[in-house]
Amino acid sequence: MPREIVDRVEMPKQSPEERRSNFREVALGLDPELAVREAKRCIQCKTKPCTKGCPVEVEIPDFIALMAQGKFREADAKIKEKNSLPAICGRVCPQESQCESLCTLGKKFTPVAVGALERFAADWTREHSPESGCEKAGSDGPAVCAAADGIERPSARVAVIGSGPAGLTCAAELALMGYRVDIYESLHETGGVLRYGIPEFRLPKAIVNQEVDYVRSLGVRIFTNVLVGMTLDLNEMLAKGEYQAAFIGTGAGLPYFLEIPGENLNGVYSANEFLTRVNLMKAYKFPEYDTPVKIGRRVAVVGAGNVAMDAARTSLRLGAEDVKIVYRRSRTEMPARLEEIENAEEEGVQMFLLTNPVRIISDGKGGVGAMECIKMELGEPDASGRRRPVPIPGSEFTMDVDTIIIAVGQGPNPLLARATEGLALNRRGNIEARDEYGATSIPGVWAGGDIVTGAATVISAMGAGKRAARGIDIWLRSQS
Amino acid sequence: MFRIMEKRLLAPAVHQLVVEAPLVARSARPGNFVIVRTNETGERIPLTIADYDPEKGSVMLVVQEVGKSTMDIGMMEAGDSFADVAGPLGQATPIKKVGTVVGVAGGIGVAPLLPQIKLHKEIGNHVITIVGARTRDLLILKDETEQASHEVIFATDDGSFGYHGFVTAALEELIKQGRQIDEVTAIGPVRMMQATCNLTRKHNIPTLVSLNAVMVDGTGMCGCCRVTVGGETKFSCVDGPDFDGHKVDFDELASRQAFFRDEENLARELAEQKRGGCRCHEK
Repeated sequence: MPREIVDRVEMPKQSPEERRSNFREVALGLDPELAVREAKRCIQCKTKPCTKGCPVEVEIPDFIALMAQGKFREADAKIKEKNSLPAICGRVCPQESQCESLCTLGKKFTPVAVGALERFAADWTREHSPESGCEKAGSDGPAVCAAADGIERPSARVAVIGSGPAGLTCAAELALMGYRVDIYESLHETGGVLRYGIPEFRLPKAIVNQEVDYVRSLGVRIFTNVLVGMTLDLNEMLAKGEYQAAFIGTGAGLPYFLEIPGENLNGVYSANEFLTRVNLMKAYKFPEYDTPVKIGRRVAVVGAGNVAMDAARTSLRLGAEDVKIVYRRSRTEMPARLEEIENAEEEGVQMFLLTNPVRIISDGKGGVGAMECIKMELGEPDASGRRRPVPIPGSEFTMDVDTIIIAVGQGPNPLLARATEGLALNRRGNIEARDEYGATSIPGVWAGGDIVTGAATVISAMGAGKRAARGIDIWLRSQS
Repeated sequence: MFRIMEKRLLAPAVHQLVVEAPLVARSARPGNFVIVRTNETGERIPLTIADYDPEKGSVMLVVQEVGKSTMDIGMMEAGDSFADVAGPLGQATPIKKVGTVVGVAGGIGVAPLLPQIKLHKEIGNHVITIVGARTRDLLILKDETEQASHEVIFATDDGSFGYHGFVTAALEELIKQGRQIDEVTAIGPVRMMQATCNLTRKHNIPTLVSLNAVMVDGTGMCGCCRVTVGGETKFSCVDGPDFDGHKVDFDELASRQAFFRDEENLARELAEQKRGGCRCHEK
C-alpha cells in the first residue's frame, strides 16, 4: 500500500502552550494541497459503509471524489444536498464514532478524515464566494425557493421553535422544499447550543453566523427574543391559521446539579451558566462587554462529557492556574470525544477519575473553600451497560478548589411544554415523539433533538430536524 | 422594536419607562418579568413588569440606577430603543380571593407590587399597601398606589413623610391593632423581605415574596438564579420569582447577589469615569 494511502493527513493545530491562553480556534484546518491529498486516500469502495454512519445521510464518497479533483465548491454543494451546516458538522461531529468508524480504509489503516474534508469544503467555498441560497429570498419578507426536488407542494407556513442545530436543519430542509418557514428563538442570538454552549476555540461564532445566514438566504425568517410558550402560544399560532405545522427543537436547557451540600455557594456554576456567560455574553471580554465571569485559581469541573471539557479548557483560557476534571467512572466511560480529552490534557487539564464529590465546603464568606470527594471503584454493569461506580468506604479526601463547574448533563427546558396544552411528555419531561419523524401528541406538531432524546450531539439533533421536515412535508401534502 | 415611548424621572436616579413590546404586553400577567439588554455589549438583566397595556403594545418598567447597566438605561431617552426585550418570563403571581391583603414594598419594589395589588383589588380583596423609602423624595408612584389600594401607609426611615420608621414597624402596628390580615406580599430589598417574613411568621400570616436573584438567560437554562426554598433548590426564573417567603433562605440569596460585587463596582467606576462623575444626585 502506498504511503499516501496509509498516512492520514493530520490537521494542524495551535500548540498547547499558545492556545491555552487564547480563545482562537484550536484546529486550524487543512490547506488545499492537504485536502486533495487526504481526499485521494478514499478508495471509493463500492459498499460505502461511511454513509450509513451519517445521521443526515451525506453522500460521503461522492463529495470526497469531487475534492480529490480539486472541485471544492462542487463538493460543498454535494454535502449541502443533505446537510445545511457542513462548516459546523465538520468541526463538532464525533466522526470517529460515526462515518469514520465505518470507513473501509480504517479496517487496516486509519480512516479517511471525513470531518476535516467536510470542514475544508465548507470553509473554502465560503471564503471564495458566499453561497447565493434561494434567489428569490429577500430581506423584506418571506420568499420561497423553488423546490429543489421539483415536487409541487401546497403553499404552507411552518413555525420552527428554537434556532439550534435541530431547528436550523428542519427550517433549511423545509425551505428547500418550498415551504415558508419562520424560526422563533428565545435568546437574543441565534444558534442555540452552537452559540451559548460550544466555545469559540472549538466553533468560531463567525462560522455559526455564516451558517445561520445561509439558512436565512433560503428565505427563512428568524425572530429572536420570542419564547413560544410565554410570548406566544403554540396552539393559538396553529389555531389562528398563522402556521399549518410546527417543529419544536428547544433543546436540553435545564442544567442538572449534583444535589450535594454546598452547591449554592458562590463559585459553583452550572456548565451552562459558565459557558453562556463566556460564549453568548462574551464575559471573557469584560469589562468591554458588561457580563462578568469570575474564575478562581483552582477549578474543578465535575463530569467528563464534551461540555465538561469545554468548561475546563475555557477555565484555563480565563486564567485559572489549576484545572481538574472530576469524574466518578474511569477513562473508558468518559463520554467526551477522544480528541477533546486529548486536547484538554495537552493544555494541562488534570483528570481525577473514579472520584465523586460528596459536599462542597464553604470558605466562611459564602464562597467555595474546598470540595470533599470520595474515591470510587467500578462494580457490576448498570442500566446503561456501563460498570456502576461504587464508593470506597473511608476514602474521602479534600480537594483544594475555589471554583466548581457542574457539567453532569441537562434536562428538558420546561417553559414551552408547561404552557402548551395537550403536548405529551415522557416521565423525564422530554417531549414524546410518536413515530420515526418525531410527531407529537398535537396534530401538526413535530419535535426533535435534545428536547426529545435528552442531551445528545449536534448531529443527532440535525438528523432529527431533517426527519421531522420529511414528516411535516408528508403531512402537509396529505392535507392539501 | 423595543422603543422607549415615554420616560420620566420618578425620584433621583429612578426612572419610569414605557417600552414598546407588543407581544410581551399581550401575554403579560402580574408577577412576570422581562429580560432586557441595552445594546450589543450589554448584559441581560431581569426587570419586573410594573404595568402592561396590550392595546398600546407597551410595558412599563421602573429602573433604579445602581450599576453600569441600569446607569446605561438611565442615559436612554424616549425614542431610543433597547437591543432586546424578552418575555414575559417567570410564573404569574398566584392571586386569589382571600380577604385582606397587605402589600409591603421597599424602595422601587412598589413598581412590581402595583400590578399585583391592582388585581387583588379587582377580584375583591381588601388591599392595604405599605410603601417605605429612606426619605420623602424616594417615595415613588404615590398616586398609582393610592388608586390601586383601599388603604395606604407611606413610611420613611427619616420621618420626612408619613409613618416614621420601617415598613415592618408599620406592619407590626397593623397586626397589633388586631386587623385581620389574610396574606402579605412583600417586594423590595432582600433584608426588607426577610424582616417582613420574620414578623409574619410569628403571626402565621402567609407571605409571598418576589425574589430578585441574579440571572443570565432568565429561561431556566443557566441556574444562576437558584435559591433555596424549603430546603430545596429552585430556579427563580422558571419556578418563581414569587415564593413562600417563610421558606426562603434569604441569607443565601443575599450572599449570592453579592458574588459579582467587585466586577459590578469596577464596571460602574469605569462608566462613571467615562461620563465624568455619577448622576445619582441629578434631578
